[in-house]
Amino acid sequence: MRVFAVAEIRLGELDPVSVELLNLANSVKGDGKSEAVVIGKDVGSFAEELAKYADVVWKIEDDSLENYNPELYADVLLQLFEKEKPDLILFPNSSRGAELAPLVASKLNAPIATDVVGVDVKDGIKVSRYIFQGKLMVDIMLKKAECYVLTVRQGVFKEGEETNGEIVDAGIKPKVTPRREFVGIIEPEVGEVDISQADIIVSVGRGIEDASNIELAEELAKLLGGVVAGSRPVIDNGWLPKDRQVGISGKTVKPKLYLALGISGAFQHVMGMKDSELIIAINKDPEAPIFGVAHYGVVGDLFEIVPVLIEKLQKIKG
Amino acid sequence: MKIIVLAKHAADPESEIHLKDEKTLDERGLVFDINDWDRYAIEEAIRIKENLGGEVVVVGVGKSDDTLRKCLAMGADRAIKIPIDAGMDPFVTASAIKEVVEAEGFDLIIAGLMSQDYNNALVGTLLAGMLNVPYATAVTSLKVENGKIRVTRELEGGYQEEAVLSTPCLITVQSGINEPRYVSIMGIKRARSKELKEVSVSAPEGVYEVEKMYYPPVKKAEMITGSPDEIADKIIQILKERGLL
Ligand SMILES: Cc1cc2nc3c(=O)[nH]c(=O)nc-3n(C[C@H](O)[C@H](O)[C@H](O)COP(=O)(O)OP(=O)(O)OC[C@H]3O[C@@H](n4cnc5c(N)ncnc54)[C@H](O)[C@@H]3O)c2cc1C
Repeated sequence: MRVFAVAEIRLGELDPVSVELLNLANSVKGDGKSEAVVIGKDVGSFAEELAKYADVVWKIEDDSLENYNPELYADVLLQLFEKEKPDLILFPNSSRGAELAPLVASKLNAPIATDVVGVDVKDGIKVSRYIFQGKLMVDIMLKKAECYVLTVRQGVFKEGEETNGEIVDAGIKPKVTPRREFVGIIEPEVGEVDISQADIIVSVGRGIEDASNIELAEELAKLLGGVVAGSRPVIDNGWLPKDRQVGISGKTVKPKLYLALGISGAFQHVMGMKDSELIIAINKDPEAPIFGVAHYGVVGDLFEIVPVLIEKLQKIKG
Repeated sequence: MKIIVLAKHAADPESEIHLKDEKTLDERGLVFDINDWDRYAIEEAIRIKENLGGEVVVVGVGKSDDTLRKCLAMGADRAIKIPIDAGMDPFVTASAIKEVVEAEGFDLIIAGLMSQDYNNALVGTLLAGMLNVPYATAVTSLKVENGKIRVTRELEGGYQEEAVLSTPCLITVQSGINEPRYVSIMGIKRARSKELKEVSVSAPEGVYEVEKMYYPPVKKAEMITGSPDEIADKIIQILKERGLL
């Protein structure tokens, strides 16, 4: 099989997920090839990096490709794919990959599956993915086709062998006039507290139910000498400032203690906290995926447990 | 401005998720409501209409009456139901919607970033490709400017991208873009006189075949049990052992 992996350059760096795509490509290619595609203005150094993991690296360079634009990127990819006829195309399930892949798939008439965590190529393409925000998994057989497109979850295909591939300049230039114009990148706001530097984090999820209950977490954090952070719904509801969001679209944290209160443990949250040294989760749902990453788990109501914990800590601290 | 909103009546991931057999969900424990991301989509559409006038048409695929009525009560002008069962297959859903919205015409389509049940994040994006219109996903703010749509969309790590799209175009919205309004009694009354039309389309053959559904392997955590008092003591003990207290 010819497996193409579309690399991602983000903020001037090659995202490590690009290598993960190639690990997957190498493991399913059989007697075919793993082929990376790298798109941008000046991508030589990225191509060299990718060549360590791919059989072939396709370089697509043009000044107009400096910034990601789905119409331009899809156009150059389609020019390449129409010529090279891949059997399987992999994108990262990143903000950009998840936007770009479906456009490419719809133009190639290729079945597409997203956020894939397992791929089996025995009799066609079978993928495994999570549904219901991580509560169930499903194996899906994709209908027989000439080409398939997958977006792949980051952090899953970390192991792989090194190769020594050749770099080819695809010589492709965009031919379309995009109807979407890139304006710029907006950097995250900087707040008073930098949760990414904190040793102790008390993190609250939707289970905290109301803005007024954040006090409970503040009190606990104060006693532990830590800071309060939250999952996305807490931030979306305006209960905590934006820079307190832990997760894929928020911050990555690595504290000595991460206390997760009423957080379900959706993948997008877990990506931001899974490397914490000690994770203790309190959740009333015994099936909550957070128990899959926590070191210690409590199945229970945070409103029954946290006040007792606060009281005991107050006694200890005098 | 004519805006089409896509709204799905979807099972809440917080409801009881059980399997009936290897391939089917047990529907008894499931609570259905408007897909969370679509609440933001309909709210955004209604706000644009309130500012600039125009029409908001909401489209639902499959069993969607309750969700379509909710959208009408929030302020949509009319609703279209496409009564096919697309199952988990976003290709079938997008193809069916394409037929309907092509006939309707539109300046802007707003969809949720993904559905809360199957998390494919594909119906909006596939539809944009099928309709050949510009699009942007995971939009966290939207402004109509001289007939164009200025958006910011979410990247990783708190970064955002700003972009401007010409119309007609399609947007998928991320949670937090606005604060969706509650459905008022007045809204519900007014919704009764609004049109909810059923249209039939030729559903294409699907590309997904569900082979197996199963519970993910979890439970890495060591569980702490007991009364709240005992649990608190145990947590304190763990923190002490680790030198965190
Ligand atoms: C592109 C994208 C990016 C995203 N980025 C992020 C991100 O950066 N960070 C992030 O967090 N999310 C992110 N999300 C959202 C993510 O998918 C989840 O929706 C979110 O993490 C859920 O937050 P939660 O766990 O607080 O809420 P829920 O999933 O609603 O979970 C609440 C939990 O609280 C428990 N609970 C309720 N009451 C109590 C109680 N009294 N005591 C104990 N437990 C209780 C419930 O059992 C439940 O498990 C993103 C989603 C997308 C699509």
